Amino acid sequence: MALDVARLAARIAAAVPASDAREVDGAPTPTIMVGATEMPEVLAFLRDEPGLEFKLFVDATAIDRETPQGMIEVVYVVRSVVEFSSCLVLKAVLDAAEPLMPTSAGVHLGANWAEREIWDMFGVVFEGHPDPRRILMYPEFVGHPLRKSYPYQKRQPLTPERDPLANPWPKRH
Amino acid sequence: MSTEESRKNLAMASDPLSEIMELQMGPSHPACHGTVKFDLKLDGENIISMDTTLGYLHRGFEKMCEQGTWTQVIPYTDRLNYASPNINNFIFCEGVEKLCGIEAPERAQYIRVILSECSRIADHLTCLGMSITELGGISAGFYMNEARELYYNLNAHVTGARVTVSYGRVGGLTRDVPPDFEQEVRAAVRHTEKILHDCEKLLERNRIFIDRMAGIGILSQHAALSYGLTGPLLRATGVNYDVRKAAPYSVYDRFDFEVPLGTKGDNFDRFSVRYEEMRQSIRIIDQAFQQMGPGRVSVDDPRYVLPDKQDVYENIEGLMNHFKIVIEGVKVPDGEIYFAGEGANGELGFYIVSDGSGRPYRVRVRPPCWYGMAALEEMVKGHMISDLTAIFGLVNMIGGECDR
Repeated sequence: MALDVARLAARIAAAVPASDAREVDGAPTPTIMVGATEMPEVLAFLRDEPGLEFKLFVDATAIDRETPQGMIEVVYVVRSVVEFSSCLVLKAVLDAAEPLMPTSAGVHLGANWAEREIWDMFGVVFEGHPDPRRILMYPEFVGHPLRKSYPYQKRQPLTPERDPLANPWPKRH
Repeated sequence: MSTEESRKNLAMASDPLSEIMELQMGPSHPACHGTVKFDLKLDGENIISMDTTLGYLHRGFEKMCEQGTWTQVIPYTDRLNYASPNINNFIFCEGVEKLCGIEAPERAQYIRVILSECSRIADHLTCLGMSITELGGISAGFYMNEARELYYNLNAHVTGARVTVSYGRVGGLTRDVPPDFEQEVRAAVRHTEKILHDCEKLLERNRIFIDRMAGIGILSQHAALSYGLTGPLLRATGVNYDVRKAAPYSVYDRFDFEVPLGTKGDNFDRFSVRYEEMRQSIRIIDQAFQQMGPGRVSVDDPRYVLPDKQDVYENIEGLMNHFKIVIEGVKVPDGEIYFAGEGANGELGFYIVSDGSGRPYRVRVRPPCWYGMAALEEMVKGHMISDLTAIFGLVNMIGGECDR
């Protein structure tokens, strides 16, 4: 069963009108653009709607687009448990100067770590995230390495070394 | 306060087991194969909560992929998973091929399948062998390591390297397999079958092994899907999802094999699913050899494949073609794709973005064990520290893949 992306986009737009969902033409993987603010709502709709049931959270990542005004695309990938071959990419566009969107960690448990990584690597702030710490880099790290503006040869050694007693690793709240 | 109460309070205060203890396990713990730190909160020996710290093996895989040409990404993908480098290689190449709209020749596809399944067996042997060793079953662990060695030797024989194979290329393979390839693979597979049989006899009625596995680390189907678990971890909960069956890539739709499923989602199911998958991989390998024929191993398209050395040395077109591909890189059309295949630990996906130049604009790898690590806290909660070792072992965190 091939996924009817146009129809699916229309269903999303009908269920979450503010999302402004529309199909991306010609994408090899079915892709739908949605508004960043409505992303959690759209993911929840896709998860719970009978017949769709996109319950398997696959991945979330971001792309730093070097447009003149700066743009970050945040991408969520989900799969339907009705038909596991139905893989759907949901994409939201953010302003690179102040990337901010609501968290989807309440919709899919796996989004928690995926969004922590996007924050760590791209500096996207997920409002309401239960655990907004860095995940791969250390807490003293400055900047977000997967931004195109971050030089790949830049070094940030952790010197002087952290005194683990005086300054322990940040704990989860 | 009554006397009895104060006596009880006194006993409580002096008993260290009555208060919650914080324990840091790792980053380099002998019972954890992988560099990862767990901050545990313990009630006696039971785990109340766990906080995982990753990133000790972070080396900027995704950033470095953006710096070179598409072909230069391939050696990086080897280093994602030391147990199954072939799978990483081939899935990345196939993703790029999909974006280019080309397809590797049939012979290359079959060789990819055979080497991928060999890698899957090696990966499962690594995971299960180490897990058993951590539970004290040294013999089965060593037998499995013996079998795993066969596949590393096979890699060396075919590709010239045990782990850092870099055997895949966009459009096919670097070169054809050696003439005795089939013989070598079949010998390795037969030996593996024997070892699997022996280890099963060592384990299936072993009381200690079953007590440490059955009913430990249960994760519900709902939570597994929500956490994004795939591969053996998801199939252990009974969800029938294997990328090779659900969305067949390469030539996987031509083989007759089964997807082993668990029922409870505990350690024993995870173990059994992986164990049975090795037998299914052997079935696939046998069928692939029956179906495989002679032919090219890379597409006949000078835009993607390096010319023959003879052309490079003897005519100017060949030389230019060679330099164009080496210096500028393979031109991948503008666009983006999410391509996934079944890695040994689960769905290994590549989100590839190209801007039409010879360099990747962005390469994101979806590491299957990353989501297994995210779900680990839920699996270990309420169990003892010693069970953490067993559960963590079967999640099979591969540092190179998880931390990238």
